[in-house]
Amino acid sequence: MPDEGTAVLDVKDLTTVFQTRQGNVHAVNAVSFELQPGELLGVVGESGSGKSVTMMSLIGLLPSPPAKVAAGHVRFANSDLLKVSDEQLRSVRGAEIGFIFQDPMTSLNPVFTVGFQLMEPLRGHMGLTKAQARARAAELLDLVGISDAKRRLSDFPHQFSGGMRQRVMIAIALACDPKVLIADEPTTALDVTIQAQILELVKELRHKLGMSIVWITHDLGVIAGIADRVMVMYGGQVVEQAPVRELFANPQHPYTKALLETIPSVRGARPEKLQVIEGQPPILYDFPRSCSFSDRCAHAFESCRSQNPPAFAVGADHTVSCHWNAEAGAPRNG
Amino acid sequence: MFNYTIRRSLLAVPTLLLISLIIFLLLDLAPSDPTANLPLTIPPEVREKIRQSLGLGDPIYIRYILWCKQFFINEPLNILEHIFGWQIGGDRLRVLSWQTRSPVVDLIVQRLPQTLWVVGLSYVLGIVIAVPIGVISAYRQYSWFDQIGTFISMVGFSVPTFFTGVLLIVIFSVWLGWFPSIYDTTHQVTDWSSFLVQVKQMIMPVSVLALFNAAQISRYMRASMLDNLNQDYVRTARAKGVRERIVVLVHVLRNSLIPVTTVIALGVPQVFGGAIITEQVFKVNGLGQLLIIAIQGGDVPVVQTLTFIFALLIVLFNLIADVLYGVLDPRIRYD
Repeated sequence: MPDEGTAVLDVKDLTTVFQTRQGNVHAVNAVSFELQPGELLGVVGESGSGKSVTMMSLIGLLPSPPAKVAAGHVRFANSDLLKVSDEQLRSVRGAEIGFIFQDPMTSLNPVFTVGFQLMEPLRGHMGLTKAQARARAAELLDLVGISDAKRRLSDFPHQFSGGMRQRVMIAIALACDPKVLIADEPTTALDVTIQAQILELVKELRHKLGMSIVWITHDLGVIAGIADRVMVMYGGQVVEQAPVRELFANPQHPYTKALLETIPSVRGARPEKLQVIEGQPPILYDFPRSCSFSDRCAHAFESCRSQNPPAFAVGADHTVSCHWNAEAGAPRNG
Repeated sequence: MFNYTIRRSLLAVPTLLLISLIIFLLLDLAPSDPTANLPLTIPPEVREKIRQSLGLGDPIYIRYILWCKQFFINEPLNILEHIFGWQIGGDRLRVLSWQTRSPVVDLIVQRLPQTLWVVGLSYVLGIVIAVPIGVISAYRQYSWFDQIGTFISMVGFSVPTFFTGVLLIVIFSVWLGWFPSIYDTTHQVTDWSSFLVQVKQMIMPVSVLALFNAAQISRYMRASMLDNLNQDYVRTARAKGVRERIVVLVHVLRNSLIPVTTVIALGVPQVFGGAIITEQVFKVNGLGQLLIIAIQGGDVPVVQTLTFIFALLIVLFNLIADVLYGVLDPRIRYD
């Protein structure tokens, strides 16, 4: 339900650098995207393509040093999150922007009860009393489908299964009714049935609460099922952005195509080998001056190695950063 | 947890009996002679009579059983009588020191306050210093604070207390003359000025031991904090918008203290043993000094009893550490 209007989150030219002994690693390179109210934006890419780092840097969750957000703007609720004070940023985190992480087994503090951890943002951000926070915490657990919520508040994380812990994490992220929920591979560490349950839960909650969601994953199947719009990342850059149907029907970037081809088909004869993308994603010690996918790309030609492609509009709400025109099967002119 | 504690305590009984036997046998094997410190003019046959009167002529198992009876039955009965004012009666032989002919337990009771004041205080002080240093060092890893803290704890850890103790005496007693080099145990605290004298004489022994303890514990604290600072739950806490101070001092510290508490608990009996040298350096006549004098004088009952009490403390604090672990970490269950 992306309705027209101003974006909740507007990221422009976000650039994050890790200062290491081997030199500066450019993890996020001038990433720009918008998140519309009520929209679910899927972010896909290989490990190391900068998906998580992008989302963590816009909310100041990266350890600094070594990470440094070098440039960019993040407009959220009329302020630039990269410019506000630490204290203001802290009041946004957990209150207006919720976070869910990949591994529910380690994301909860083992020595505090689930109730304590759930009540922390409620009391900190919303100023609830202990009794109010407890009542709300029980409601939240109930909302994410944990039965006997009141009693389970005094349980410790190790008394919950993996899927249940991820539900608790979701409850924590949703505690203060955030406008934006950033889910960093929330189902990767879960087995398939639990994964399906969590996906159902998020779909349902999204309609109930009407928030915008950024869903980071490398599972294209998940994206196809829940996303409105998809952003494909490679080498710390956005290489393609399109509505979900458009992207799956008409991928323009060679990397997106390659990603889609790696999904094994359930029907038909089984291929000899699984399809792979040869090579490794690059570690960028410098801001990319050429296309960072050119080494692994079948269509690469001189321009790809001399010039980093800008974003070309190739359809309604569909942009691609590639010198190769997939429609025409020839290099793009200008 | 309660059942576990009871079971462990019962298991400790045979362990301790075995330890007492081993200590007894080791002391018997040692070539020490209680009459060796007596004047050389005493003829050998008199020496032999003295040995006989100390019970050394009896077979070894008789002597061991006698010590067991005196220590495990007679002394506890005495203590019970003393506390509750009962009259159990009966002629009970106590464990007697060969040197002073006074009951060993009485000697220990006399010496215990000095040791507790100096050694106990230094341990508490060491913990109080070490925990914040460990926390800040880990949080600001590789900062100046961390580098200096690491250096000092390396020094404190590797330089033995008999060296730092003598060094302090040379600097503060000999050169500067600020503090007395000898700890006067007969000193009574009655008013403000006598309290100051007491503080003055405690400063050096306490700081030598505190440095050593703090060095050790701060290393553990730092390592444990570093382990936990990189955990996912810390990121979760930050993502929830929890204040940084609370992230570190509640979320991280609470987890980091679990192994450190174990180390602290296990260190308590070591403090008694490790303080022997320091007590000797500063002439604090506590338990450590009692042990040294007893060893030098071949006073087997005192050495036997003291060593056994140290063993008892080690077993006891092992149990305490295990129980504390279960209390602090909700994932650990004993049943």
